[in-house]
Amino acid sequence: MDFITLLLAAAIASGTPLLIATLGGILSERAGIIQLGTEGIMLMGAVSACLVYIRSGSLWAALAAVVLVSAALGLVHAFMTVTLRANHIVSGLAMTLFGAGLSAYLGKPVAGQPLPGAFPRLELAFLDGVPFLGPIFGRLDWFTWISFALALGLHLLIHRTSWGLHLRAMGDNPATADVMGIPVQAARYAYVVGGAVLIGLAGANMLLVYSPTWNEGMTAGRGWIAVALIIFARWNPLRALLCAYFFGALDSIGFRIQLEGSLIPSYFLKMIPYVVTILVLMYLGWRGRGKPSGSPESLGLPYIREQRL
Amino acid sequence: MKKRVRTFKSAIWLCVAVMLVLAGCSAGGGSSNNGAAAPSNEASNGGAAANAGTASENAGGEGGTMPKIEKPRVAFVYIGPPGDGGWTYEHDKGRQYMEEQTGLKADTVENVPESADAERIITELAQNHDIVFTTSFGYMDYTLNVAKKFPKVIFEHTAGYKTNDNMSTFFGKNFEASYLSGIAAGKLTKNNQIGYVGAFPIPEVIYNINAFALGAQSVNPDAKVSVVWSNTWFDPTTERQAAVSLLDKGADVLMAYQDSPATIQAAAERGAFAGGNDSDMSRFAPDTYMTNPVWNWGPYYTMVVKSVMEGTWKSQQYMGSMQDGMVGLAPLGAKVPDDVKALVEEQHKKAMEGTLDVFQGPISDQSGAAKVEAGKSLTMEEILNMNWFVKGVEGTIPN
Repeated sequence: MDFITLLLAAAIASGTPLLIATLGGILSERAGIIQLGTEGIMLMGAVSACLVYIRSGSLWAALAAVVLVSAALGLVHAFMTVTLRANHIVSGLAMTLFGAGLSAYLGKPVAGQPLPGAFPRLELAFLDGVPFLGPIFGRLDWFTWISFALALGLHLLIHRTSWGLHLRAMGDNPATADVMGIPVQAARYAYVVGGAVLIGLAGANMLLVYSPTWNEGMTAGRGWIAVALIIFARWNPLRALLCAYFFGALDSIGFRIQLEGSLIPSYFLKMIPYVVTILVLMYLGWRGRGKPSGSPESLGLPYIREQRL
Repeated sequence: MKKRVRTFKSAIWLCVAVMLVLAGCSAGGGSSNNGAAAPSNEASNGGAAANAGTASENAGGEGGTMPKIEKPRVAFVYIGPPGDGGWTYEHDKGRQYMEEQTGLKADTVENVPESADAERIITELAQNHDIVFTTSFGYMDYTLNVAKKFPKVIFEHTAGYKTNDNMSTFFGKNFEASYLSGIAAGKLTKNNQIGYVGAFPIPEVIYNINAFALGAQSVNPDAKVSVVWSNTWFDPTTERQAAVSLLDKGADVLMAYQDSPATIQAAAERGAFAGGNDSDMSRFAPDTYMTNPVWNWGPYYTMVVKSVMEGTWKSQQYMGSMQDGMVGLAPLGAKVPDDVKALVEEQHKKAMEGTLDVFQGPISDQSGAAKVEAGKSLTMEEILNMNWFVKGVEGTIPN
């Protein structure tokens, strides 16, 4: 019982950056733009948070820097895919390589340095001693609480508001959306930039909350797991919440199995999250043969008014 | 319209190409140093070629000593960033000390993975350097391969066991300091559960865990040490997960044989005492820092470089100790009680005098079988090949 509770607490901690990055990806892909730059944008978010936080000591300044930097990266991706109609996959991959390289370079002076302070937590004294909820929700940081709200908020936005309807229309059939009077190009820009900001904040979450020291390539493939999570979650923010914590749990279960005295070599335990990603993708692909995947129908297709492609 | 599409396309490819080049330039974070590693002093490509030429002529038939080089070109290969606050940080401090003492300027390459990349980078460095320090266990075979190809270049490898006419290995008896840290941990634990984050199941880590456990048991026979393997030297995120899983299991004091202070940071968040490795890490957790072994490489690096300048360098297996100063113990944390400090200090003195015998019998292994009989001690060779845990350590060593 204790094992499960503590595993869930660890799952939320390591699942939160995955969740925020997945939400960012969903926002972008619902508008029809594939986002594969996740890993690079997360790294850039983390490194800019670290640089600004260590230099200025202000958490707000750090978060503002993350928003600016990731919005700029989102803008580049949007320009490439929406205006230039570049291949979304190529642009995203370039973004990942660019982010990984540049963040390693920029982060050199602060690599390994401790942050000036921890992210503030919300102490819920009334949960003390409550068996299950206490250990999980009693001392969570603000960032995690905001990520819960984000998942719920985006779900409501996408499925319960007319903005969401327009967003989904844009992803499924931009020509129709255009006829409805939605400014498709401008709105796509907005959603890609907004999504990139969330992805950058996911990187900042990893650095400010989860692992408070910058080091090169610290996301270690989590950006790619977030890309896979978009598909598992079928572009649905609430499902993304569950999927992210499921993978968060996988991420931290290896050490716990080791401590239970398992005979499985630790090298294999370390592969768990990646192997499961592949297995789940294979399973979903096999189960979903011939059925709609939940993917926006025009995902990855450029749109220019009155032009056939 | 079609033409416009084409110009779009070429614009895109141009953008992608530019980005890729940019990424390539900076992705090699380490290799950017490597670029700067092109010898800034008299040696140029020509010099390197000449060096290689004479090397092949004289290959073989050399004794242990190497010719005198008045101004050796020195390079260091690091596994992590010098800012890691631990292992690489101390090596880099050692390099700076050596530079001050000798007036030379060394080149460094950081973040070199223990893979075929290492061999490539060591080969590149060997082409225009006279001494190459490779500062991680996993570089051993790569260093040896390159050493055989460049018999004129001197290689110094940390923590290994393979040598060559032109390749030495050096390390120190850090297990003595691990034993002392164990004494502090054995006294500080309240529930007798101590957690240990180990990097890899190799002898170096295993004998440190054993020494630590023996130290803890010397003052607290009921102390148990649970071990998790992170399978990484430097990955703060993973190290932290390992530390949290130990804390979740109930450990109230943590120790880590890792290059980063992630374990100390994780423990501090729960108010648990912890120690790390390699360097004084108290600044990462001023209130809950315990202590840990520290390295001091500077004097050794200086000695090696000076011996090359004087022409007296010889291949050897150097084992430093607390006595000669290569190994030390970080000052005990501010919140460690005075009686614990006194206990540690008592044994610390013995280590400084060279009379501390950590692996002295009787010692039994995890199953309880006697490994070292009373009155006997392990030899240095037995210690360096250790592949078993002492009684009271909980964890497994994969084959």
